[in-house]
Amino acid sequence: MITTAIVFLPLLGALIAGLFGRLIGDKASEFITTALLLISAALSWVVFFDVALGHHTYKINLMRWISSGELDVSWGLRIDTLTAVMLVVVTTVSSLVHVYSIGYMEEDPHRPRFFAYLSLFTFAMLMLVTADNLLQMFFGWEGVGLASYLLIGFWYTKPSACEAAIKAFVVNRVGDFGFALGIFGLFAVTGSIGLDKVFADAPALAGKTFDAFGFHNLDIMTTLCLLLFMGAMGKSAQFLLHTWLPDAMEGPTPVSALIHAATMVTAGVFMVARLSPLFELAPNAKLVVMYVGTLTAFFAATVGLVQNDIKRVIAYSTCSQLGYMFAACGAGAYGAGIFHLFTHAFFKALLFLGAGSVIHAMHHEQDMRNMGNLRAKIPLTFAMMTIGTLALTGVGIPGFVGFAGFHSKDAIIEAAYAAQTPNQIVFWTLVFAAFMTSFYSWRLVFMTFFQTERGDHHTHEHAHESPMVMLVPLFVLAAGATLAGVLFAPYFIGHDYKEFWHEAIFEGEHNHIMHALHEVPHWVGFAPFVAMLSGLGLAYVYYIAAPGLPAATASAFKPLYLFLLNKWYFDELYDFIFVRPAFALGRLFWKGGDGAIIDGTIDGTAAAVIAGSGRAVKLQTGFVYHYAFAMLIGVAAILSYMIVAGKVAP
Amino acid sequence: MTITIGHYLTVAACLFTLGILGIFLNRKNVIVILMSVELMLLAVNINLVAFSSYLGDLTGQVFALFILTVAAAEAAIGLAIIVVYFRNRGSIAVEDINMMKG
Repeated sequence: MITTAIVFLPLLGALIAGLFGRLIGDKASEFITTALLLISAALSWVVFFDVALGHHTYKINLMRWISSGELDVSWGLRIDTLTAVMLVVVTTVSSLVHVYSIGYMEEDPHRPRFFAYLSLFTFAMLMLVTADNLLQMFFGWEGVGLASYLLIGFWYTKPSACEAAIKAFVVNRVGDFGFALGIFGLFAVTGSIGLDKVFADAPALAGKTFDAFGFHNLDIMTTLCLLLFMGAMGKSAQFLLHTWLPDAMEGPTPVSALIHAATMVTAGVFMVARLSPLFELAPNAKLVVMYVGTLTAFFAATVGLVQNDIKRVIAYSTCSQLGYMFAACGAGAYGAGIFHLFTHAFFKALLFLGAGSVIHAMHHEQDMRNMGNLRAKIPLTFAMMTIGTLALTGVGIPGFVGFAGFHSKDAIIEAAYAAQTPNQIVFWTLVFAAFMTSFYSWRLVFMTFFQTERGDHHTHEHAHESPMVMLVPLFVLAAGATLAGVLFAPYFIGHDYKEFWHEAIFEGEHNHIMHALHEVPHWVGFAPFVAMLSGLGLAYVYYIAAPGLPAATASAFKPLYLFLLNKWYFDELYDFIFVRPAFALGRLFWKGGDGAIIDGTIDGTAAAVIAGSGRAVKLQTGFVYHYAFAMLIGVAAILSYMIVAGKVAP
Repeated sequence: MTITIGHYLTVAACLFTLGILGIFLNRKNVIVILMSVELMLLAVNINLVAFSSYLGDLTGQVFALFILTVAAAEAAIGLAIIVVYFRNRGSIAVEDINMMKG
C-alpha cells in the first residue's frame, strides 16, 4: 500500500498539473506536485528503513496486464534493497528539485507544464525501479525517455533545445533497440519475462550456444547480456552513445540535475545491477561492461578538462562518473557501483543545482569565461558548490572518513585493482580519471568563484544570492553529499553488505570481489587520494597562481586542445557516418521515390485525363445541328449494322 | 401510269431528306429549323397514310392525326421558346446559339 502510494502519487500530481494546470493556476500546480512528491519521498525513507535495514522484501501484484499465449505479464512492484535504494534516490532528489524549481522557474510562463513533466518523469522512473518484469521495466525506461525528451525541449521556441531533445531521443532509440532485442531473446530462451522466472532459468543456460546470422557457437548469456547492456549504454550515456548527454544541457537546469545527473542516466547502472544474476553468468559480457565503463570514465574526463560552459563541464563529469559505476558493476562489485550511484545522486544534483543558482545569479549566463570572483556575491552558493566539489573529487582521509564520493569512488578504484586486469590498466585509468576529475572540478570552482571579474560588468553588479526556496534544497543535498558516504558505507560495501543487499544482488560463486576489495595493498587506497590532491594542486597553479598558464598550454598543444575541445570530434564523426547518409537516403526517397515515382504517377494520370478531356471538350461545339447530325449518323450506323448483320428479321 | 406505294414513299423520302438538309445547311434562322422539323414529321405522316391505305389498316391514319396534333403543339412551344430567347439575347441566328459549347 505504502509503496503503491510512493509510485502513484507523482502520477496523480502530473495529471492534476498537466490537465488542470490552467484551471487551478501556476501556484496551485507547483504546490500540489511538490507536496505529493515530498509525501512520496518521506514514505520512501520509511520503506528504505523497513526493507533495506529491516531486511524485508515485498512483491505487490497490482493487476493483470497482458496475457497472450505463453506471455503473461502483470503490473507488479518488487521492493527489495536495490529498489529501496533507488526509491530513496529518485524521490528525494526529485522532491528537492521540485522545491528548487519553484524558485528557479519563477519567471517562466509555463510552470504547470514544467511541473507536470517533472512529476511524470518521477512516476516513470519509479515504475522502472520497481518493475517486477522486463516489460514493465521497459515501460518505465521509455517513460523516462519521453519525459527527458519533453523536458530537454521544454523551451521549445529555442531551435537548439528542440535539436537536443530529438538527438537525445534518437540516440536512446539505438540503445533501446538492443534492450528490446535482449528482452525478446530472454523470452525466447526462458519463455517468460518475469524477473523471478528468468533468474531461475538462467543458470541452466550458462555455456549454451546458438547459431545465428552465419555466426556459430554464440554464447547465449553473453549475447543477451551484451544486448541488454546496449540499452544501458544508451540510457547511461556510455562511450559511443554518450553524445546526447552534453547536448541535453539545453533543458532547464533543475531538469539536468534530476534527469541527467541523479536519476535517469543511472537507470542503466540500476539495470545491470538488477540483472546481476544474468551478468554473473556471462563473464565476457562483464568484461565488456567494465572496459566500456573505464573508457567512458577516461574519455569524458578528458573532454571535461577544456569545456567552458559550466553545465557542460558537469555533464561530462556525470558521464565520467557513470563510467566508474559501470566499471564497478563489470568488475562484479555491484554494491560499490550502486553505492556510487547513491552518493553521486546527492553531490551531482548539488553541483547542478548550485550551477543553476550561479546561472540564476548571472542572469542565464552559462559561460565560465564570463564569470569570476563570485564568491563574495553569492557566498552560500559558493559554499554549497565547494561541498559538492569536495564530495565529487573524493576528499577524505584514506582509511578513515571523508565526503560521500571519497567512500564510493575509492571502493570502485579498489574493486578495479582487485579485478586484476592485465597491467592493472583499468585501475590506472580510473586513477588517472580521478586526477582529471579533481582538476576540472576545481577549475570550475576557481574560474567561477575566484579570479577576477570577466564579461559583462553590468551582470556582475546585479549578481545576487538565490532565494531561500532554491537554497534549502542545496543545504539538504550538501548534507547528503557530506554524510551519505560515511553513514551508509558499512551497509552498501562494508561488513554488513551481505545482509543489506540480501537477495537483491546476486554474486556468482567465483565472485569474491566485494571481499577482495578490502584486501588490496595499502598504497591502492592512497592512489586516488594522491590523484585528487595533485589535480587540486595543478588546478590551483593553473587558475590561481599562474593564470596565464592555461592559454600557454592550449597553444603549445594546440591539436590536442582542439581535439578535446571538440569532444574527440564525435559529433562530426557521427554526422559524417550516420547523419549525412541518413539525410541523403531520406532525400533520395523524398525527391526520387516519393516525388518522382509516386507523385509522378499520380500527377501524370491526372494530367493525362485533363489533356484528354480538353480534347474531348472541343467536340462540344454548342451548335444544335451538330448534335442532331451526330444523332442521325448514329441512328444510320445502328440501322446499317442491324441490317447488315441480319439482326432484324425481314 | 398508276400511282403505286413506291411513289408515295419516294415523295416522303424526298421530303424527309429536305427536312434534314434544312436543319444542317441552315445557318441563318432557328425558325427554319423548326419548319424543317415540321417537314420531316409530314414526311413520316405521308409514309403512315400510304402504308395504311396499302395494307387496308386504319391504324396508320389515326396515328397520322395524332402526329399532326403533337406537331402543332410542338410548333407552338418551339415558337414560344424562340420568342423568349429573342427577348433575352436579341438574336435568334443559329450561329449565336452555342451556349452548350464545352
